[in-house]
Amino acid sequence: MKKMLMASTAAALVATGAIAADTDEVKLGILFGFTGPIESLTGPMASGAELAMTEVTDSGKLLGGAKVVPMRADTGCIDSGLATSNAERLIADGISGLIGAACSGATGAVLQNVAVPNGMVMISPSSTSPGLSTMDDNGLFFRTAPSDAREGAVMAEILMERGVNSIALTYTNNDFGKGLSDAIETSFKELGGEVTIVAAHEDGKADYSAEVGALASAGGDILVVAGYLDQGGAGIIKAALDAGAWDVFGLPNGMVGDSLPETIGPDLDGSYGQIPGAEGKGIETFSKMATDAGFEGGSSYAPESYDAAALFMLAMQAADSTDPAVYVSKILEVANAPGEKIYPGELGKALDLLRDGQDIDYVGGSAVELIGPGESAGSYRMIEIIEGKVETVGFK
Amino acid sequence: MDFLNAIVALANYVLIPGIAYGSQLAIGALGVTLVYGILRFSNFAHGDTMAFGTMIVILLTWWLQSLGINLGPLPTALIALPVGILGCIGMVLLTDRLVYRFYREQKAKPVILVIVSMGVMFIMNGVVRLIIGPDDQSFADGERFIISARDFKNMTGLAEGLGIRTTQVLTVVTAVIVVALLFWFLNKTRAGKSMRAYSDNEDLALLSGINPERVVMLTWIIVAALATIAGTLYGLDKSFKPFTYFQLLLPIFASAVVGGIGNPLGAIAGGFVIAFSEVTITYAWKKVLVYLMPEPLEPSGLVQLMSTDYKFAVSFVILLIVLLFKPTGLFKGQST
Repeated sequence: MKKMLMASTAAALVATGAIAADTDEVKLGILFGFTGPIESLTGPMASGAELAMTEVTDSGKLLGGAKVVPMRADTGCIDSGLATSNAERLIADGISGLIGAACSGATGAVLQNVAVPNGMVMISPSSTSPGLSTMDDNGLFFRTAPSDAREGAVMAEILMERGVNSIALTYTNNDFGKGLSDAIETSFKELGGEVTIVAAHEDGKADYSAEVGALASAGGDILVVAGYLDQGGAGIIKAALDAGAWDVFGLPNGMVGDSLPETIGPDLDGSYGQIPGAEGKGIETFSKMATDAGFEGGSSYAPESYDAAALFMLAMQAADSTDPAVYVSKILEVANAPGEKIYPGELGKALDLLRDGQDIDYVGGSAVELIGPGESAGSYRMIEIIEGKVETVGFK
Repeated sequence: MDFLNAIVALANYVLIPGIAYGSQLAIGALGVTLVYGILRFSNFAHGDTMAFGTMIVILLTWWLQSLGINLGPLPTALIALPVGILGCIGMVLLTDRLVYRFYREQKAKPVILVIVSMGVMFIMNGVVRLIIGPDDQSFADGERFIISARDFKNMTGLAEGLGIRTTQVLTVVTAVIVVALLFWFLNKTRAGKSMRAYSDNEDLALLSGINPERVVMLTWIIVAALATIAGTLYGLDKSFKPFTYFQLLLPIFASAVVGGIGNPLGAIAGGFVIAFSEVTITYAWKKVLVYLMPEPLEPSGLVQLMSTDYKFAVSFVILLIVLLFKPTGLFKGQST
């Protein structure tokens, strides 16, 4: 018995060694908050990333026919400890690139504690905290989502266009919420608006009537909730409606998703906001591909996730290497002009072009254009809740 | 008109939420105080007992909802409540049989029983999470409002709205019924009197032929019923999440201690004292004051004593003050 155990352990060891040595397999880590305050968004996001990987694997054109294997891991969104240990595990498992993390706090923690020390490249599809733009990243960090500094400006413009003069502002008490609310506050004040109160709320409470009491006391035309839709953000809106404090809410990214109108009900109709997103051929193609693959392509950050995965594989092809230190320099090259424009579903064509040494300009599902320290320039989709559905009302 | 607006705003943001929360705390604190008065230890597992009972109610409510059974304007959970109470009684009696009875026979000191109850708390914590998961669950249905803030504004023409939720009224009504029943039971029935006798003097009660095991069993049955009712009302009014129920332990204990632990009347008073202190101290009074004050005196700031983040700290501070200056609580309770 003992001998057999030893033998099988040895066999297993050899087997793992064999897999690790196999260059025909490229592993990409998908490190999102599969549990926690944005868990309803991360499912379609991961499906988006995996869609790109399947497409490339099926084309058989990456580095002479390599198979791309996704490896999912959880960050809990707000649990830095869990995020870093899972990131380390992924690196130990031999990933060549890390898609993630989803929430800004987790992204910052993983970047500083795991990615930089290990020289791993990270592309986050949804971390929007302005703090990440200036973080010391050794050039290893990119994001297909724009910084919230840009969203603040966009939201302020939307509010002004709708004739809102004063807002009350509440944010979820973390990196993401604070950064976003700061951005909205400064931009709105610059345009001459009044911010009556900026108050934090904690996620995971059963009752937000006290928070709403304070916000209502300060007043304001609408209440802007820079929170999470599966968490305190929804709680605040519910409590505000119950108390009759506000009827209309401003919904920045993090609050836009189908689960919000489901939780709140018809009273949410008429609330509006924005989410990073693009119009045109890219997103249309992506939505169709997503529907065929069985998930919701319009879900927040799903196209950004597809693009993050695609950027990794295209950069690897351009550099002819899966070594992060080698392909990292190619990411900006494949993402930006000049070159032939690449839309979702055309990854095979892009790989061919790169193999032949030609330039591409990856557009993808979210109109990728990386600026500054490697973050998306940011086009936004304006949304409004109409009859219990998140409807697109324009782009900015 | 301004005066009316001030009253309505106060009622909407302070009085009504405070009364509902106070009733929930009071029923919870009654359970804690009964265990302390009769079984003589602080039951740290009370919050999770509430969660366990509520969990059964929720599972049953979902099942009833899937069958299409409902109570019209009232939440379906009311049908499931009696079964939830029975399930919780079963679980609590089982715990007593398996855990507490052993220590009772050893005549263990109260402090040991406190630690034992913490063990029970962790187990129950885990059981609830295993069965229903750690997430928020919503099980409220029926008519959400008796009067919504918007309707109130339209009806009265006032600038301020007053929203009264069905669950808030339900909470208060249930609390009144439960408390009346409990006091009737403790003061008028033979079993209730034997419980009080056991609480006052264990040895004398034994000498007069009271069966201690029966008293203990009765106590657990009542405590389980109270816990399930408190938990279900809280869950209907706010939302159900195992971790929040665990956190509720603090204000519930504060209520029991402030009122005088071991004294049922004190538990009720304590519940309201804690609830209103939490709500009034963290409320921003600007809105009410603007209506009441003449123009030049109107406050420009929020007039908020403490940020809402410190809600739980309020219970702690009140607990400390009471323990320092009146260790037996507002109503004379027991102190060990």
